[in-house]
Amino acid sequence: MNEGLIIAIIIGISIASVPLIFAAIGELIVERSGVLNLGVEGMMIVGALSGFVVEFHTESSLLAVLAALLAGMAIASIFAFLTQILLTNHVATGLALTLFGLGIAAFVGRSYSEENIELISAIYIPFLSDLPIVGPLLFGYNPLVYLAIFMVFLVWWFLFKTKQGLILRAIGDNHDAAHAIGHNVIRYRILAILFGGAMAGIGGAFLSLVQVPIWGEDMTAGRGWIALGLVVFSSWQPFKVILGAVIFGGITILQLHAQGFDIRISAQYMSMLPYLATIAILVSLRMRDKNKTSRTMPNCLGRIFHSTS
Amino acid sequence: MSNRRLTSILKLSLLSAVMAFTSNAFADPVRAAFVYIGPTGDHGWTYAHDQGANYVQDQLGDDVVITRIESVAENSDASRVITSLARKNDIIFTTSFGYMEQTIKVAANYPDVKFEHATGFKRPTDNVSTYSARFYEGRHVIGKIAGRMTQTNVIGYIASFPIPEVIRGINAAFLAAKAVNPDVQMKIVWVYTWFDPGKEADAAHALIAQGADIIMQHTDSTAAMTVAEESGVYAFGQASDMSAWGTNAHLTSIIDNWGPYYADRVAAVRDGTWASADTFDGVEQGMVEFAALENMPEDVKSQAERTIKGLSNGLIHPFTGPINKQDGSPWLAAGETPPMFPDILTMDFYVEGIDSKYPD
Amino acid sequence: MIRLIPRTQPSKAMIFLSPLLALTLTAVTAFIIFAFILTDIEVSRVFYTLFVEPLIDTYYISELLVKVIPLIMIALGLSIGFRAGVWNIGAEGQYVIGGIAGGAVGLYFYNVEGFWLIPLMSIAAILGGMFYAGIAAFFRTKYQVNEILVTLMLTYVAVLFLSAMLQGPMRNPSGFNFPESRLFHDSALLPIIWQGTRLNLALIIAVILSFVAWFGIKKHMSGMQIKITGSAPRAAKFAGFDDKKTIWFSLLISGGVAGLAGLFEIIGPAGQITPGLPQFYGFTAIIVAFLARLHPIGIIFSALLIALTYIGGENVQIDFNLPSSITNVFQGMLLFYFLACDILIQYKLVFIKAIRQRL
Repeated sequence: MNEGLIIAIIIGISIASVPLIFAAIGELIVERSGVLNLGVEGMMIVGALSGFVVEFHTESSLLAVLAALLAGMAIASIFAFLTQILLTNHVATGLALTLFGLGIAAFVGRSYSEENIELISAIYIPFLSDLPIVGPLLFGYNPLVYLAIFMVFLVWWFLFKTKQGLILRAIGDNHDAAHAIGHNVIRYRILAILFGGAMAGIGGAFLSLVQVPIWGEDMTAGRGWIALGLVVFSSWQPFKVILGAVIFGGITILQLHAQGFDIRISAQYMSMLPYLATIAILVSLRMRDKNKTSRTMPNCLGRIFHSTS
Repeated sequence: MSNRRLTSILKLSLLSAVMAFTSNAFADPVRAAFVYIGPTGDHGWTYAHDQGANYVQDQLGDDVVITRIESVAENSDASRVITSLARKNDIIFTTSFGYMEQTIKVAANYPDVKFEHATGFKRPTDNVSTYSARFYEGRHVIGKIAGRMTQTNVIGYIASFPIPEVIRGINAAFLAAKAVNPDVQMKIVWVYTWFDPGKEADAAHALIAQGADIIMQHTDSTAAMTVAEESGVYAFGQASDMSAWGTNAHLTSIIDNWGPYYADRVAAVRDGTWASADTFDGVEQGMVEFAALENMPEDVKSQAERTIKGLSNGLIHPFTGPINKQDGSPWLAAGETPPMFPDILTMDFYVEGIDSKYPD
Repeated sequence: MIRLIPRTQPSKAMIFLSPLLALTLTAVTAFIIFAFILTDIEVSRVFYTLFVEPLIDTYYISELLVKVIPLIMIALGLSIGFRAGVWNIGAEGQYVIGGIAGGAVGLYFYNVEGFWLIPLMSIAAILGGMFYAGIAAFFRTKYQVNEILVTLMLTYVAVLFLSAMLQGPMRNPSGFNFPESRLFHDSALLPIIWQGTRLNLALIIAVILSFVAWFGIKKHMSGMQIKITGSAPRAAKFAGFDDKKTIWFSLLISGGVAGLAGLFEIIGPAGQITPGLPQFYGFTAIIVAFLARLHPIGIIFSALLIALTYIGGENVQIDFNLPSSITNVFQGMLLFYFLACDILIQYKLVFIKAIRQRL
């Protein structure tokens, strides 16, 4: 096992984790505000399609990513309108969003399944990218990978270092109290939902613009659902999202490599590990938390806010 | 007008009307339907079948009306799809093994409709045919090329499910590669899917990282070819010509050429000569073809061409002894070739020399 | 400007009108979307194939009835939990595990005849589904780990487990190594109740279960019974529902019924266990439950509607070469509109001139 292989594995894991990071960090903000949006899969696939289509027609990666962002936001706005203005149930609305998103993406995308596009290429920083080991590991990715890491920092900074972030968290923990103080609960939540949609959209676009330059109606392959699990896995803390995404992305890659080395673990059982690990970690977190009164889960998650004024 | 004359005129008009009506019936186009397991845009298995359907349309023109339905799941829904088609079509092609039970169930209910099941082996009623192709002959050719072209002596194989067809392919490719390059070894990764571009790409990356400089696939998307192109290694296309995805990486592709068979069968329905059959054709009959050989030196190319010629003349059998099984036990004696059943059709072992453990 | 003003009393009329309004809005929106995207196809023909044709053809009517069976069963189980704020999102996983459990019994007794076989398989399936859902109940009651996450993750595990079983112990020994089980023998298959079709006994069981659920809910769950105020779970909490008994009960019931539904799929229309067993009934049933406002008898009707979109959607796929996802578009939109229109039960749409207030 040489260092080239280890680097390749690390790079592979990083690439696999990026769409999850985007989707999860967006949903983290949404859930911190007290909203549960199960429609991540639908938003991601819409982003994947939009990015692909725009890239195909304009050959501009920037426009493609922007299109994915906007498409994610657009479809998330349906969810925002329904749950925040019309006070519908979060679970059902999120599910409807997933279905609708998957359906409309496949529908609109049906004429694009035979096309292929140029991938977004990796960045190249003279000297830095050429460094042995550190070069490809740190300085050889395409821009979206760095964007993902940046978003995690941004979300952390927003949540814990800004006034608005504090308000958002307060709303997530006790929307009635926050409302009583005078904060516009609905407005914060709508913005959070739109942000979540934008992130999910970019995460989806990563699949069609970076990972494989093909469009297929099941491209997201359940990553949106995994992202949902990731958010809980991360205890709603931004940096832990990266950890979780790496674990999920990593197990898939490691399992493929293990086969190459003829390590005798059944592929299916090995693939189960991330899901079981999520449950296990969550339980262990709870076990630790049980004695403390603090809980990191937003108290109002999923509860509908009824303005009384 | 006399009564007699009136009667004659009436009889004549009636006769003409009947003749016009029935001659129309004879001139009705054959209605053919194709059931696909995946999207035609996969540029792999389903794409190849769809190309076959296009060929039928070209060859038979107005004599045929074609219906296609994509991405039909291999479960109880498939029975309904096939039944819906059976109500309106004369011949139905179900292009995946997993449609077997559903096909024969519906066939029993619709004895006047012809059913053609790809890669199946059951023909309980006389309106069911089965057909498949000797893809392992294609693997033999690409194995020979790979053995010559590899410089790291590691061939990467992206395999889908451990079914006989896939095992045949692995064995044939390995044997051929080893025959021209005794030092070659194969790394095999099972992705347990026929079509998942993301996973196929990941598998390709993993194999390349582990030293493979030639990628073979038994999955359906162009992802692996794209990755090979990106990484500067070689790859072979599967089921259709994938050269567009690998300008420098593409050596050749195994092409599933279903068109002529499909056209034959539909024409047989039109002509009333269709009968249940079991077809297992290869290079000789033109069911397995190859994309243009490229990105290789002249001598490798000519060797490949000779191999293809040998296969089309029926002179080469990819499994010709002496060959042992992976555990060392003898399988074929010198010069011996295996029987179709059970050896070829239910192949469930690796040949000697493959390092990987047989998946279980 | 349009504003939503709370009504003094829930509108009885809207309870019946809102679903119809939702259906109409869905049809209109779909019409517009399709007309926009499908430039070469007559949209009205698409609608006819989608909604009308399956209802006037005996074959498709029988298929409709086959399709509703798992939807009704799973939705019934889920609705009990939803009323109590217990969110079982992993019914798909319980469906698979129950199917494997019940199917395993059937394979174990392969070619053994007897009336006791199906009941025995059913018990195994119910226990399997219950066990699987019970895992989530355990974590929820003991560690307050939310069941949405656990049931969802377990769904993935269940599907992988199915694949492992079909590659290994459950694989048909005379099946050329394909990952499928044997075909189940006659004693293990559900009897057909409509000769010439696939409609089997399970439909009757599903309908009976509806009525059982109806009486059961009336009798025991009146405390939690959602009064007719619209979408039930408005009043349900996400976390913090502390009644352990209710959590266990909800999850065990929904898991058990889902597991039984999985078995009925295997010994009904499928006739064997294949990797195609998971067909997302576990998720679609959530929609069915919501569209019925969690009412057990209503579930029969919403299941019929959803089944119609499946059958009709498939025929649209065949006749017009459209992707199967057309069904998802409809289902998603229907649910959107249904949820949206529900607000009209509690709120009134009023047009007011904007009044600026400055204090």
